[in-house]
Amino acid sequence: MDLSQAYSMMMTDLGATLFLLIVAVSGLVLVVFDAFKPRHVATPWIAGLALSAGFVIEMMSIGAPEGLAWYDMMRTGGSAAFVNSLVLGSGALSIILTVPYLKKIGHNIGEVYAMILFATVGMLVLGAANNLVTVFVGLETMSICLYILTGFVRSESGSTESALKYFLLGAFSTGFFLYGIALIYGATGSMEFGAIRIAAEQSAGVMFWGGVSLLLVGFLFKVSAAPFHMWTPDVYQGAPTTITGFMSTASKAAAFAALVVVLWKALPAERWADVLAVFAVITMVIGNVIALSQQNIKRMLAYSSIAHAGYVLVGLASGSQAGYSGALFYLMVYTIMNIGAFGVLALLEWDGKEGSEQTLESLAGVGYRKPFLGWTMAVFMFSLSGFPPLAGFLGKWAVFAPAIDADLVWLAIIGVLTSAVSAYYYLRVLVVFFMKPEGENSPMAEHSFDIPRSSAAVLIACVVLLVVFGVTTFALDVTSGFFAADTVTQFLG
Amino acid sequence: MQPEMLIKLVVLLPLIGAAINGLGGLFVPALRNKEGLIGMIGTIMVLLPFLITVYLFIGFQGDAIISNAFTWMAAGDLTIGFDYRIDELSLLMTMIVTGVGSLIHLYSAGYMHGDDGYWRFFAYLNLFIFAMLNLVLGNNLVVLFLGWEGVGLCSYLLIGFWYKDRNNSKAASKAFIMNRIGDFAFLLAMFIIFREIGSLDFDAVLTDGLTMSQGSITATVLLLFIGATGKSAQIPLFTWLPDAMAGPTPVSALIHAATMVTSGLYLLARLSPLVLMAPGVMTVIAIVGAVTALVAATIAITQNDIKKVLAYSTVSQLGYMFLATGVGAFYVAIFHVMTHAFFKGCLFLGSGSVIHGMHEVEHELEHDGHGHHLDPQDMRTMGGLKKFMPATRMTFLISTLAIAGIPGLAGFFSKDEILFKAFEAGTHGIDVGLVVWVVGLITAFLTAVYMTRAYVLTFEGEPRWPHADKITPHESPWTMTVPLWVLAGMSVVGGYLGIPAVIAHGDLNWIHHWLAGEQGPVAEAAFEGHVALAVEWGLIALGSLIAIMGVWLGWRWYSKRGLSFDEKLAARFGGLYKLWQGKYFFDEAYDKTIVRPLIGGSIHGLAPFDKYVIDGLVNFTGFFTRGASFTLRYLQTGLVQSYAVAIVFGVVLLIWLMLF
Amino acid sequence: MEITLNWYLTLSALLFSMGVIGFLFRRNAIVMLMCVELMLNSVNLSLVALSQSMGDTAGQILVFFVMSVAAAEAAVGLALVIAIFRDKLTIDVTQINLFKY
Repeated sequence: MDLSQAYSMMMTDLGATLFLLIVAVSGLVLVVFDAFKPRHVATPWIAGLALSAGFVIEMMSIGAPEGLAWYDMMRTGGSAAFVNSLVLGSGALSIILTVPYLKKIGHNIGEVYAMILFATVGMLVLGAANNLVTVFVGLETMSICLYILTGFVRSESGSTESALKYFLLGAFSTGFFLYGIALIYGATGSMEFGAIRIAAEQSAGVMFWGGVSLLLVGFLFKVSAAPFHMWTPDVYQGAPTTITGFMSTASKAAAFAALVVVLWKALPAERWADVLAVFAVITMVIGNVIALSQQNIKRMLAYSSIAHAGYVLVGLASGSQAGYSGALFYLMVYTIMNIGAFGVLALLEWDGKEGSEQTLESLAGVGYRKPFLGWTMAVFMFSLSGFPPLAGFLGKWAVFAPAIDADLVWLAIIGVLTSAVSAYYYLRVLVVFFMKPEGENSPMAEHSFDIPRSSAAVLIACVVLLVVFGVTTFALDVTSGFFAADTVTQFLG
Repeated sequence: MQPEMLIKLVVLLPLIGAAINGLGGLFVPALRNKEGLIGMIGTIMVLLPFLITVYLFIGFQGDAIISNAFTWMAAGDLTIGFDYRIDELSLLMTMIVTGVGSLIHLYSAGYMHGDDGYWRFFAYLNLFIFAMLNLVLGNNLVVLFLGWEGVGLCSYLLIGFWYKDRNNSKAASKAFIMNRIGDFAFLLAMFIIFREIGSLDFDAVLTDGLTMSQGSITATVLLLFIGATGKSAQIPLFTWLPDAMAGPTPVSALIHAATMVTSGLYLLARLSPLVLMAPGVMTVIAIVGAVTALVAATIAITQNDIKKVLAYSTVSQLGYMFLATGVGAFYVAIFHVMTHAFFKGCLFLGSGSVIHGMHEVEHELEHDGHGHHLDPQDMRTMGGLKKFMPATRMTFLISTLAIAGIPGLAGFFSKDEILFKAFEAGTHGIDVGLVVWVVGLITAFLTAVYMTRAYVLTFEGEPRWPHADKITPHESPWTMTVPLWVLAGMSVVGGYLGIPAVIAHGDLNWIHHWLAGEQGPVAEAAFEGHVALAVEWGLIALGSLIAIMGVWLGWRWYSKRGLSFDEKLAARFGGLYKLWQGKYFFDEAYDKTIVRPLIGGSIHGLAPFDKYVIDGLVNFTGFFTRGASFTLRYLQTGLVQSYAVAIVFGVVLLIWLMLF
Repeated sequence: MEITLNWYLTLSALLFSMGVIGFLFRRNAIVMLMCVELMLNSVNLSLVALSQSMGDTAGQILVFFVMSVAAAEAAVGLALVIAIFRDKLTIDVTQINLFKY
């Protein structure tokens, strides 16, 4: 390959990953900018615009056929574009919600936005990876930024404590993850998805499947599947609320997307389906059951997010095209619901101190004082518990139906039963919001606040999207287009 | 624009109005007291559809136009589209609904002034119009049923509008439950049709449906009729309608007189070819209609609440319409639906205006510390209102004469046509025709009497409320009187759309040609030969005579003796009067035979089963889950290293599962 | 006696297990951090050995990434430990249990 050829190839690849470059460069610019102009009003604007620009670019390439870039290290178009837009959109919405939140808690730190951008870069790399090296780099970039974001409110011991927990456990799981990569590499001689599969289909021994198990540990940790979920409640509770919203949606979506691609492209379709089914059951049961007894609403949503990871795993366990596409669709729906729910909580938070006082009871009667927040929360809760015609229902259908087709009826039944349990704690939020009288010493009663227009717009957008995706199925058609059989052969060929 | 587009607009505009007023009021509390704006939006969103419908009506070519909004569901053999159908019948019904509807919206803008739920009221009212338009415009039974349930829901919401009074909520529930009984029958009818012909589109029902077996047809029509008795308040499901007067008066005028309660008639007219194939059921319909007409009319004589009189009068008139349907004169039933919408709408609005005025009196009495509790709907404390409310009195008088059937006014034409059709059927081999004809004549006389009584007690004579020399009511604002005048005007001229056949051989009977002409959507029973012209004139003369006599007698009795004549009636008729006054004790009978056994059975049989067995199981599950929750949460110790142990445990489990 | 690939892999596995066990049983946050480093570096050993034996460079490339990631993790980890120490004057992880149940 001569130089001009290499140059033109580089330019093509740069073009294909322009969204990534925009976000990464903006992050770097922000770090420098914030050093000279601390807390400048433009900082969030730059971050938001960078993410929005990337979002628009990736939205436009969703329909494009799958392609490869950077010497087959990354995938472009197709499902990668879908996941990228999901991550970028989630990031952009989170930034809009974060601006007023940071002002309220008095920690308006410019680096936060740079960190969100860097974390997004990691997620984008992760979601678009086509090679275990890229997966590792993306995963770690994302994780390290999230550790920092969790703990940036240094004056609160809750925030730093949960950051340290998150960090230690995250690094611990990274060790297993990396060991898995090494074993797979040793067994197949490659780290590229397609090559791994070709090698594994010829011979796959203990070393390979052991490596796959350890690799799955890393993924299951990131998506907070039980029993790797234990960090989730503590971290979600301790992290600043809008960051929790971002973390629980975008990072989960990216990790799940990478897991989907690994399962789909790199692993022979045997063995792992039943294993994932077992973990799906544990996850759904643990998440939904423990959520019942939570008094802190952020902690409850953390368990709920564990439960939702279980639902997505049900889709993956079916190991079919419909299962994968259902999982991606579910991730999108879940992202919208959770950003909304955490957005509402961020507005209702009167005292982030120690994060230990966001109990459900203190929010009694909020629905009447702030009908807007009450009603939007109602939509998010109904959608989370899967009531039609909201998108949460269609999402559940999209992951449970393939499981039934794959003869995993028992799994789907457990899924439906546990989500019936979930209705209890979701609706309890609404009961408290609307049906309980405001307590006399309820902190909410003491001060009133205005809802920033930007936040209101985000919440309304989430509600509208939930309704739209709940009554139309075009998004589901889009995601199932990613996993058509010919894509695999084209890729492997 | 194309009619296909316009008809969607007709349906959509009220929904938009409901959404604006409902959501706006819900989320933006500041909007709630902008009464002018809310009233204007509500009225315009009904007025515009009316104008569009008039435009469509003028340009209508005679062929039904089907407009597909979207395909609602497609599952297996069942495809249901949101199709709207423009034809003679639906255009006429839409004009009645939107025309009378917009007048009543305008009226409500004045009537509801100062109510806390002003925005809510208009949102419900617009939603009602939306549902009603779905009912009359839908091109298949499912869309019709959707509208059918929708109007039921809105009726429920509006009867219980002042929900803080428990009685209102009870009345709302009663209406809803009674309607549901009928709706169940309607659903069954739909199931039969779908099973037999695999489609619920009107076109298919009226072609393929006619080839169903006789048994299926009879069952279907009977079930449809039962459905209609619920919605249109016929025996045995009529007792909800008088109770429904708990709602605001414009609601009574719009829903419980002019539109919703006539939807049963619409249903039967729409499916008239099918109904004609079930003569046995038609006999039942005619008898039920006639009996309902008579029963309700006798009750109406004894009532003192002005709205109750009108409510029973409505039931009675609906019975008339069913009578017409039963003898195969569907278009006449629709004709009476229309004229009834005018004069009964006007009467209800007039009574609303009276109540409005009496409220003022009640308020001032309380204000002045006289401490009198005055029921503003009780005619016994009214009287002499013609001095204070001239516009209300004139319009009420006109529509009273119209409903009584005084020649030249709207009610005369439609009622006479019904009686004539019954007579015609009776003389052409349908024996029940003559029976119902006689019952119809008696009812016509009673109608004239009780309406005159209501008018006289309300407007004539001397005021009967306390301190009448000092405290007087005032005429209502223009938003209320304008609709009254318009409707009174229509009560005068509306009848000329159906000039009897005896004049010009029926060429001038526009409504007959429009609905039941060569290609009209409504079928009718056809008889060999005609009734002789002289007999027809005789019948008209008889009808006029009865009406005039009724009004004259009513006037003589009540303007001279006033309330004391009621006592005289009571004395003369004794037990019969008690029976009328007690409303034939339908409510009590239902209570004894159905409600109580049901409640008793559930208290002593089902409730314990539910409580101990079902609830026990459920509670155990819930208890178990909560217990598990409270136990499992202690696994989360908060210590990093215990979490790491969990991870290692997971690793071992994962590897074990994967490898072995 | 020739030192084959299996020797390297065995050593790597031993080191990794030591890291895991150390992480589970030591209470000092910094020592735990060091245990994680031990786990990562043991994997590096495997990767290099495998890479060398297969004559493929991909494993060695990953090692570079791992080293830089480990450095970044160490920086963030130490910063967090300092923040905790300022707040609590201890880095004993059994004292870090504000959130539980």
